[in-house]
Amino acid sequence: MPRPDPDRRRDPEEVAAAVFAALAEPTRRSILSSLAARGPATATDLASQLPITRQAITKHLELLAAAGLVHAEPGERRRIRYRVNAAPMAMAMAYLAALARDWDGKLARLQRSLDDSPPSAAAAPDMEWRSQ
Amino acid sequence: MPIPDRIERTIELAQPPERVWEALTSAAGLGGWFGDRATVDLRPGGMAYVEWDGKDSKVTLTIIVVEPPTRFAWTWGIQGLPATDPRRTYVEFTLTPSGGGTRLTVVESGFAQVPDELIGTAYDGNVAGWRKELAELADYLHAAA
Repeated sequence: MPRPDPDRRRDPEEVAAAVFAALAEPTRRSILSSLAARGPATATDLASQLPITRQAITKHLELLAAAGLVHAEPGERRRIRYRVNAAPMAMAMAYLAALARDWDGKLARLQRSLDDSPPSAAAAPDMEWRSQ
Repeated sequence: MPIPDRIERTIELAQPPERVWEALTSAAGLGGWFGDRATVDLRPGGMAYVEWDGKDSKVTLTIIVVEPPTRFAWTWGIQGLPATDPRRTYVEFTLTPSGGGTRLTVVESGFAQVPDELIGTAYDGNVAGWRKELAELADYLHAAA
């Protein structure tokens, strides 16, 4: 099974794309939610918690590991346990934030508010200054 | 197509720089077009707080540059990340007289910054943070679908 090198520096865009692909599948979201809520677990543990076969869970865990969203670690009786790793998620969030800033919408509101409001004292002739 | 590290927008406004400056930097202004309420300590190093109605959201801006009426800049946290996350983006407004009005440019940069300490173990075990991020990311993806 291919294992990502955790020390390898990864391009943030590549990380974000892998996160989105991994989360596009409902079963993988279920697996991640379960690991996040209940802590590290083996494929067998997950199969007992979710309505999915152990074989299907193993395939999804491999993909999640390749995306860096879970880390595989040795567990009891030579079973592999998986734990969530949120670092790739944080990178993906940063990318989403760039899209969510919506400066076009904010600037359009600024323009409307300036067009709708009368000139303030700052832009009026000096004689119109008054204390507030 | 790569998602940008830097967002730049320019808009032509009919009002002179002094009025645009007031809208950008005053509590009434920031609490009008930008948020629903704001308080502003307008000086480099000062803080501004902006709140939105209907959402349980309040953001803190750390003001960096105050050069009336031409340049105003702040840093703020990245939406969706925990408030304690060290990453912040930098927002800079530049006001240039244009005819009788103002050409306003806003540049926000720093979205792709990834401090080394965040890769690897920094987030491991941060289950509460992880769950919040996952829920928010799911919301984003749901809204985008």
